[in-house]
Amino acid sequence: MNFFKTALPYIISGISVGGQYALIAIGYTMVYGILRLINFAHGDVFMVAGLLMVYIAASFPLYVAIPAVIILTVLLGFTIERVAYRPLRSAPRMSVMISAIGVSYLLQNLALYITGGLNKNYPAIPWISDRITVFGLDTTRVTVITPFLTILLVVALVLLINYTKLGMAMRAVSKDFETSQLMGIKINSVISATFIIGTFLAAVGSMLYFTNYPGVVPTSGGMPGLKAFVAAVFGGIGSIPGAVIGAFIIGIAESLIKGLDTILIVNGAISEQIGLATFSDAFTFVLLIIILVFKPTGLFGEKQTDKV
Amino acid sequence: MKKFLAMMLALCMVFALCAAGYADNVVKIGVFEPMSGDNGAGGKQEVLGMQYANAVCPEVEIDGEVYQVELVYADNASSNDKAPSAAQSLVSSGVSVVLGSYGSGVSIAAGDTFANAMVPAIGVTCTNPQVTSECDVYFRICFLDPFQGTVLAGFAKDSLGASKAYCLAKQGDDYSGGLCNYFIDAFGKENCVYEQFPEGTQDFSTYITNAQNQGCDVFFSPVSTEAAAQIIAKANTQALGMPILAGDTWDSNVILQAAKGTDLNINVTTFYQEGADAEFDAGIKEWIAGDSVNLANNGGNDELAAVTVMGYDAYFFALEALKAAGSVDPEAVLEAIPSVTYEGVTGSIALDSIGDAVRDSAFVKSCNTETGVWDFVTVAKAA
Amino acid sequence: MQKKNHKNNWLAFLCVLAFLALVLFLDQKIKPTNSMYMLMTVLQKGSVYALAAVSMNLLNGYTGLFSLGHAGFMLIGAYTYAIFTIPAASRDTVYQYYDALVRFSIPEVLGGSLGAFGTVLGIALAVLLAGLVAALFAYLIGLPVLKLKSDYLAIATLGFAEIIRAVFQWSKLGPITNGSNILKSFPRTSTFKFKLAGETIKLSTFVPVLIATICIAVIVLLVNSTYGRSFKAIRDDEIAAEAMGINLAKHKMISFVVSSFFAGVSGAVMAMVLSIAQASNFKSAMTYEILLMVVLGGIGSISGSVIGSLLFVAASEWWLRGLDSGVFLGIEAPNIFRNGFRLVVFSVIIMIVVLFFRKGIMGDREITDLFRKKPKSPEKEAAK
Repeated sequence: MNFFKTALPYIISGISVGGQYALIAIGYTMVYGILRLINFAHGDVFMVAGLLMVYIAASFPLYVAIPAVIILTVLLGFTIERVAYRPLRSAPRMSVMISAIGVSYLLQNLALYITGGLNKNYPAIPWISDRITVFGLDTTRVTVITPFLTILLVVALVLLINYTKLGMAMRAVSKDFETSQLMGIKINSVISATFIIGTFLAAVGSMLYFTNYPGVVPTSGGMPGLKAFVAAVFGGIGSIPGAVIGAFIIGIAESLIKGLDTILIVNGAISEQIGLATFSDAFTFVLLIIILVFKPTGLFGEKQTDKV
Repeated sequence: MKKFLAMMLALCMVFALCAAGYADNVVKIGVFEPMSGDNGAGGKQEVLGMQYANAVCPEVEIDGEVYQVELVYADNASSNDKAPSAAQSLVSSGVSVVLGSYGSGVSIAAGDTFANAMVPAIGVTCTNPQVTSECDVYFRICFLDPFQGTVLAGFAKDSLGASKAYCLAKQGDDYSGGLCNYFIDAFGKENCVYEQFPEGTQDFSTYITNAQNQGCDVFFSPVSTEAAAQIIAKANTQALGMPILAGDTWDSNVILQAAKGTDLNINVTTFYQEGADAEFDAGIKEWIAGDSVNLANNGGNDELAAVTVMGYDAYFFALEALKAAGSVDPEAVLEAIPSVTYEGVTGSIALDSIGDAVRDSAFVKSCNTETGVWDFVTVAKAA
Repeated sequence: MQKKNHKNNWLAFLCVLAFLALVLFLDQKIKPTNSMYMLMTVLQKGSVYALAAVSMNLLNGYTGLFSLGHAGFMLIGAYTYAIFTIPAASRDTVYQYYDALVRFSIPEVLGGSLGAFGTVLGIALAVLLAGLVAALFAYLIGLPVLKLKSDYLAIATLGFAEIIRAVFQWSKLGPITNGSNILKSFPRTSTFKFKLAGETIKLSTFVPVLIATICIAVIVLLVNSTYGRSFKAIRDDEIAAEAMGINLAKHKMISFVVSSFFAGVSGAVMAMVLSIAQASNFKSAMTYEILLMVVLGGIGSISGSVIGSLLFVAASEWWLRGLDSGVFLGIEAPNIFRNGFRLVVFSVIIMIVVLFFRKGIMGDREITDLFRKKPKSPEKEAAK
């Protein structure tokens, strides 16, 4: 019981971070499912959404700023696909990945230039950033809302994919790129739609994330982006429920590791700090490597065969 | 290969020509400060002090000739690996003396570059002992971490009545790591919980929870202002329930803005208490408020940070060194610095044999979270 | 043809020697306070990145293994070099919060018994050791990850680099790695000098350039050997290569280990040039930058990687600095040319290269091809 009591705050904050990772991870998993591309720039789009909010909210009220941020972010995602990925559609996969790294580099440097390399404070969104008490813990409302909002959005997305024409097209394209093209599916618009959905979720995720951790720097997107990608791989790339579950697992694990020293000390397992918090980021990658080596298709992924 | 070399050499010539062509009586002072990255905000505040000093006194008389003082900037980006090349760019641009930096790590990393070129550097607020002890050309005008850490530990014990301290430093950061280390030495290792967060950490909520879970009664976190703002926000929403203690970096209006309206108890040690020199305060505030760029660099209002005042004093200390050297040659200035003394706004400055300022007092201030200003608490002296 | 190749090789060798002599000469002539010293900085950093880029190219360009773990191996190299060369007397000040475990320094030990020659040998051994340790780690990492396919391999190696960084920063390893704090005081470019007949001969730039040149020469030899041809076969078609009797696992491992060895050496040289080593510098962003240098120069061209990295370093350290400080090419616009603009211009150039000049500067040709008459080989004709 004592263990649970000390661990509870970490689990709650982990669930919240996990929900935010999940929203980013969906963008990765959908793009990878269709294009077989690790969209390295996705995390940076998430960061740009944060910065847009900082600048727009400085001169407009929030009810204008929030939709504006979402629209602009979606536009950015759409443009990136158009400019940086579409011309390389027939190029080797490595070229597209390099292009993605290039876009990531460009977005980070642009952010560095515009912010002057300084930390920008994210505006407080009223109501969701209020302090509340749950299970005797003081926290913000956004921490509690995030998992529910995430699950709501994911359910909506799964319905979209399973019961609409667009969703059917997406499934077809991710199964077989060329055949679906022959069947008359407009590949380019399906891919654009994928990017639009992915960046929309990243924009929502950025609002939740930065309300929780209100500092935006040009490198803010890097780590959450990578972790979300790992979550997508962990859950089985291409599988949306898998990505979400993977994201929650990674979020909780990360948060618990940061507090592991304390949990162990309070419960008498060790007597002094051993600095395990150092591995909070690295652990995500340990998970990744374990899953890649033992079950490369992830928890829920479908088996793929190489075509010669 | 030859073609390429020829091209390179030709390009070099072009750039050498561009670099040439400066007026005769100009003395260059290098400003080696972070203007971006984690310590960017603090670095900019420190630079403001030098710029103000330069505006107040743009000329210096060296060996009977009047020189215009030109500030040459290099951004070390708060990063130890960018520091040497930023330092090299100052050295190559022909500066006579260098001021900076905010943050100790970059100064330690760049020490070698300055030493190699025999260009003297004057640390303004880098408090880690290794800045000067490991480098012959580095001097400094502020107090050191062993002193500051001891003062803070004493304050935590005696004034705050703390018996168990939670210390949080940034991984690989010589400033916060060093200060925590000396704090722990003075406070007692067995009564301290020491943790380090990795670079780029955005989630400080778990560290707050760690402090609460381990039953600490003071939260010591002498980190950069960027991290500080986030720690304050989380401490507020998670009802930290213990006083926060920090070093000189927290003496900044960033902290005041973040803490305003919360119910936190924040205490810092610092170099200067606003109001100690009313005339100076009024002058610099007018200067900051008069220019939108300066105002933005100071964080949006005219509340003075101690580092700004230190930057101001450092500039005049450098001018004294130039006068004493009687030459703009870096090596002459290097020889002259150890014997220079100067009566600054933050107190009198004289250097000891290692090159550190002899200072025996620090101001302790606490944050008034209602009005958003610093309240003076006490002057702490070395034991 | 054989004879002509021979002649070309000698010519290339002489060019390299002349270049090294020029560097040695400039080392004596240009003082750090001279504005031209930026050239030396560029050569120093350039040789670090050139070596790193060439070693990455060996893996990504020649073998077709898309690995993003370079920064991790450079970190291992830098740390190995630093840990084994910090003078015993400086150990306590460097490891200020820990009890240093390693208490000797290879150059000092050898210098004690063999004199000046021993010191040089010790530094060379430490550099070699840096590469070997990185290669050892690469072997261990390669066992599980080399089975993975293209982008999974990329993300797994990226993950390993992050894990390595975390391990080296762990406070419990402090007695060896100094925790997350900087390592310094080891032999570095500014201490590379000796007295000859009363004159101080400085080798600050010569040493890094020399190390990089030797290593790149070895890589060139490797690429032109049967191993190199096997690597290219694997890149072009794994299944066909296997059918031809090339042992995939073995050759992939060789390429990975050799590439990591040189990455480790470049890490050691980087420590010398920067005069510090700290784990937090070796982030994945460093790998990306090296990758972009490779792309800039042309994937699959060694001279391309060298040119790409020299241009990259020169532009970012020197030529484009004006873009950050208000005045560029005589145009004064402090509001546009402010901090960070240089990097924006830079990344736009790189995006243009990635999108429109996919072959980079050199494509997959070498610089020696330019001086040679264009061979009219049938495959080239076919390509057109």
